[in-house]
Amino acid sequence: MFAQLRSKKQIAFMPFVPAGYPDLETTGKLLPALESAGASIIEVGIPFSDPIADGPVIQEAFTRALEKKLKLAEVFATVKKVRSSVSIPLVAMVSVSVAFRYGIERFAATLKESGFDGLILPDLPPPEAASISAHIRAAGLDTILLVAPTTSKDRRAEIARLSSGFIYYLSVAGITGERNQLPVELADGVKSMKSLTDRPVCVGFGVSTPQHLKQLAGVADGAIVGSAVVRRMKEKAHDGADAIVAAVSTYCRDLLSLVR
Amino acid sequence: MWVMNAAATSLPPLSSVPDALGHFGPYGGTFVPETLIAALQQLDAEYTKAKNDPTFQEQFEYYLREFVGRPSRLYHARRLSEKWGGAKVYLKREDLNHTGAHKINNCIGQALLTQRMGKKRIIAETGAGQHGVATATVGALFDLQTDVYMGAEDVRRQSLNVFRMKLMGASVREVHSGLKTLKDALNEAMRDWMGSVDSTHYIIGSVAGPHPFPMMVRDFQSCIGREARQQCIEKEGRLPDAIIACVGGGSNAAGIFYPFIDDREVKMIGVEAGGRGSALGQHAATLCAGKPGVLHGSLSYVLQDEDGQTADVHSVSAGLDYPGVGPEHSFWKDSGRVEYCCITDQEALDAFEEVARLEGILPALESAHAFAQAAKVATKMTKEQILMINCSGRGDKDCQEVARLINR
Ligand SMILES: Cc1ncc(COP(=O)(O)O)c(C=O)c1O
Repeated sequence: MFAQLRSKKQIAFMPFVPAGYPDLETTGKLLPALESAGASIIEVGIPFSDPIADGPVIQEAFTRALEKKLKLAEVFATVKKVRSSVSIPLVAMVSVSVAFRYGIERFAATLKESGFDGLILPDLPPPEAASISAHIRAAGLDTILLVAPTTSKDRRAEIARLSSGFIYYLSVAGITGERNQLPVELADGVKSMKSLTDRPVCVGFGVSTPQHLKQLAGVADGAIVGSAVVRRMKEKAHDGADAIVAAVSTYCRDLLSLVR
Repeated sequence: MWVMNAAATSLPPLSSVPDALGHFGPYGGTFVPETLIAALQQLDAEYTKAKNDPTFQEQFEYYLREFVGRPSRLYHARRLSEKWGGAKVYLKREDLNHTGAHKINNCIGQALLTQRMGKKRIIAETGAGQHGVATATVGALFDLQTDVYMGAEDVRRQSLNVFRMKLMGASVREVHSGLKTLKDALNEAMRDWMGSVDSTHYIIGSVAGPHPFPMMVRDFQSCIGREARQQCIEKEGRLPDAIIACVGGGSNAAGIFYPFIDDREVKMIGVEAGGRGSALGQHAATLCAGKPGVLHGSLSYVLQDEDGQTADVHSVSAGLDYPGVGPEHSFWKDSGRVEYCCITDQEALDAFEEVARLEGILPALESAHAFAQAAKVATKMTKEQILMINCSGRGDKDCQEVARLINR
């Protein structure tokens, strides 16, 4: 996924969108639009009722989507329908609770079949991740695991070993949500992670401004932007899919203005 | 000692769980964001050290004895025994503990660990408010800054406990997400911990959550069963025939069951909240009606829809109003060692009144579920048989809500 960007010496930009928020029509239109707006990979968040790693913005989007009785089958169908109009990789982000109930193998196979390229299970650390990530890989999906600032060196190496695709490096110990500043120690943390692995290291949680992206370029391989995107969606939630797509596209272009 | 028939099931022996990674057979484990792993490993290491440190054990026992007032009584409930017309009924009086429930046992243990880890702040989730009160209590006792997360619906129906927490210097953080009950409070406490993990210890109030909580909370609560075992032998010269406890997350039940787990002749019954009906959303009978799944950090039975979304739950009792259950209970259920059943809101309310009238004891609504099941079981037993009920807490906190519900 990353070779091309690395050769261009560009940081990958990975927006996060909650599936089914505020409706599936929006999800279907956003995916190709995000590619046009400069996304390198898109993270599709599958709503969960109890997302303990998420701050209020993403929580609320998940709650709204589930209030409308969003079903997994509809998320899969929506992605499958638009997959041919999107050429960049799609990665699903979902609680292990959802994947486990569906059956890990069946879940991974269905994701693959719907056109996903990878899976992030934010609440699945090693050692539990070991057997489960084997199933995900067997289905032909990349397994993306999290590394926190507090993760020990031994665990970082173990996580790198179990991961494929890229490594999701958390900028802070905390939940998702926009933050004014990235921690000063972040660059060192990413550097130490990169010394342990050849896999791309992407930074998420708190990333939300053009300055953040500029700061991360040259340090990390990618930047993941969640709550800031979802907040733009929320601001236009009652104005229809096209208004949301326009607002998010504008935001993404702005975000990339200092790094492209 | 009874040894499980390995041919009958592939589960490990009952008293040998969990393994080093917190697995109770297929259940348990650690399913949380990586952010929390360092703190869980620190806790596990500190707890392992403390368990083998006589100084820690002495301190723990000192506070249980001098502050909590242990041992709690094993009381022969003469009038209930007569009324139910079967077994000789004994009550393990956790309601007589300081703060009014079993929850304080665990809080003393975890507060001492907090001190050992050099942390200055504790957080907790609470449903009935008993765990919140117990946490606020140890916060005052050990001078720890205390924040308690509580669903807004529970703040309403357990207002007495909210006031008690505030009096002891804790801040009560009202949670407005979801159905505004225990599960939602737990989510918020976890989120707090994600961002405060180096300075804060999260005192989980039941045998739920990621490893090492289910094991550690069970161990701290096992003082209940150890005492009950000895008291029963002293009074009756033998072990009880059956033990009944209510199950929310499962800590009072685990505490009284665990020291008897290898005594195969002792029948054990866990009582869940049957709420107002058997449809999903109307009850909190996780083991009776749920399926294995992941919630709040461990694999256990859980009430979910087919997409893995946590189901809405209902119980008249805030402490049982939870869609998950501790992983060891799932293990005990599958092994057949403990039987699980449920009691409706109405049956619990009736038992609440019956116990009050006949024994002069107001049980917590949670405990009233155990009494209601005990009435059914006792009748079928003989006068020579002994039935033990874990009276996990007192009902003062529930009086307002019961008054509202029974229209007096
Ligand atoms: C008195 C009492 N009993 C039982 C419970 C249920 O919890 P557990 O199943 O962990 O004992 C509570 C929880 O608040 C409680 O306050």
